[in-house]
Amino acid sequence: MNRSISKLLQSAVAVAASLALVMPSAEAAPKKDFKVAWSIYVGWMPWGYAADTGIVKKWADKYGITIEVKQFNDYVESINQYTAGAFDAVTLTNMDALSIPAAGGVDTTAVIVGDYSNGNDAIILKGKDKLADIKGQTVNLVEFSVSHYLLARALESVKLAEKDVKVLNTSDADMASAYKTADVTAVVTWKPIVSTILESPDAKAVYDSSQIPGEIIDLLVANTEVVKDNPDFGKALAGIWYETMTELASKKEAKEHMAKASGTDVAGFDEQLKTTKLFSTPADALAFTSGADIKGKNELVAKFLFDKALLGKDAKSAEAIGIEFPDKSVFGDKANVKLRYDATFMQAAADGKL
Amino acid sequence: MRLLNIKPDRAWTVALAALPFFALIVAYMVGSGIRLAENPNDKLLPSFTAMAEAVKHYALEADPRSGLYLMWNDTLSSLSLLLTALAISTFIALVVGILIGLLPIAGATFGPVVAVASMVPPLALLPILFIIMGLGDGAKISLIVIGTTLKLVRDMALRVKDIPAELLIKAQTLGASTWQIALRVVLPQMLPRLIDSVRLEIGPAWLFLIAAEAIAADSGLGYRIFLVRRYLAMDVIIPYVIWITVLAFLMDLALRLLQRKAFPWFAGARTA
Repeated sequence: MNRSISKLLQSAVAVAASLALVMPSAEAAPKKDFKVAWSIYVGWMPWGYAADTGIVKKWADKYGITIEVKQFNDYVESINQYTAGAFDAVTLTNMDALSIPAAGGVDTTAVIVGDYSNGNDAIILKGKDKLADIKGQTVNLVEFSVSHYLLARALESVKLAEKDVKVLNTSDADMASAYKTADVTAVVTWKPIVSTILESPDAKAVYDSSQIPGEIIDLLVANTEVVKDNPDFGKALAGIWYETMTELASKKEAKEHMAKASGTDVAGFDEQLKTTKLFSTPADALAFTSGADIKGKNELVAKFLFDKALLGKDAKSAEAIGIEFPDKSVFGDKANVKLRYDATFMQAAADGKL
Repeated sequence: MRLLNIKPDRAWTVALAALPFFALIVAYMVGSGIRLAENPNDKLLPSFTAMAEAVKHYALEADPRSGLYLMWNDTLSSLSLLLTALAISTFIALVVGILIGLLPIAGATFGPVVAVASMVPPLALLPILFIIMGLGDGAKISLIVIGTTLKLVRDMALRVKDIPAELLIKAQTLGASTWQIALRVVLPQMLPRLIDSVRLEIGPAWLFLIAAEAIAADSGLGYRIFLVRRYLAMDVIIPYVIWITVLAFLMDLALRLLQRKAFPWFAGARTA
């Protein structure tokens, strides 16, 4: 009996250990099968269209690889899956790229700089039309999201600080219905929720991201080691993206498809595109990514994240995590570069070398 | 000797009970060790040291921004909502359950509606509750109450019906009125059984509380988990999950002890 129990114990430990081993882990080596995660947002709808219409398959075949493009209903979950190593690439904002995968030690490369929010994110007050009126109000927003960042920047612009308001964490999915309740008087959120809320006659957008252009950037990032070992994956992604951009500009069906997939119609989708600075050609994206402005804007984001203790608990300053730019200059710790803006693939697209 | 006749002695019972916990911890350490060796900043399976540090930071140090001890503040806020809601549902269940079970008129009137309403998935009502009640505590308490009361009511009504008819007839021949029977015969029989039912509803109550806190809150255990989830802070999430489990276990234990102390006769009645 004694022996049988110690045997049982041994095998239980063995089973448990092997279970632990099959947990996903970021692996980097030449491989053929890649997974991309994306979520619903105006600047990322092209991925769904590209997957549904065969553009993804076309480019993957060209490089002899397979690319699985998976849509997530939950944005944060898609980033967590990428950070955990279950996906090779994901769509996210520069701020979340820095606070989640980069702060989690996953070296991340921005393969495609798709757009920046140019009014997509907004602060809305009920029955008040000046930003300064926000003082003393309870502000509903998704804490630590780009909305929180927008609020911080807005408060700065009118010489207020976060302690002048009370932040109440509210799920984005419930923001529109929350606005309808009497005790909600100030919200910060993004489109299409902004559009829904602004349908109420008492809703006034008092500040939006067009006042901080280029600070909320929407990216497609990939695991740095994966793209380094498999440049074909990066090329295929750029190929897919810019072919889809061309179709979005030229084909009516493309826009209709994306509008429908994001739960609106063409007019609604156009309204969202209007407040999104989409880089529809690789040359536009390059001009922004290789420009001088992008550095200062990322610095502002890093400072916000450090203030909120989102750069990791060991972070001593906003420079704890290095951000590398296309000219190889680095903001922050050069020994700990975890977020890289890499123009290689956008450049190859611009040069027609894909 | 047949397998079903092998009974572990006292020491083995303890050892066997500890075994699965031990295996889980070892499995976690192995998995965490592998991932941390690959990437020392890995957030998915943090080391026990990292978790201990996070707990220290959340439970033993005041938050520099708000000056609050976050973990205690979260616990207090969650427990006050949970206990308020459970108290309300327990009271409703006791009154309505006895009414439905004891009075055929009440059973005919409310039995079917309770049976139908208890099939409504409470989480699906959450958006409606938030609109009606606002984002405050009212909506959260209502969700837990709605989610737990109806099942408790049905359970109570069934338990009342389980009371042997002879008992009720005897009370009547001794001249007891409906009111006296409800108060002196049914109620004492129901209280320990109500504790049993409430124990089973602790799990669902936590589920509803955490779901509600995830949507709109500024403190609470569920709020914290869903907040730090945004940056994959497993070093906070895992201790919080363990803490919630411990709290739920303690609540269950407390109810069990209350039952044993307050209704010592019930243990015999249950096995009979």
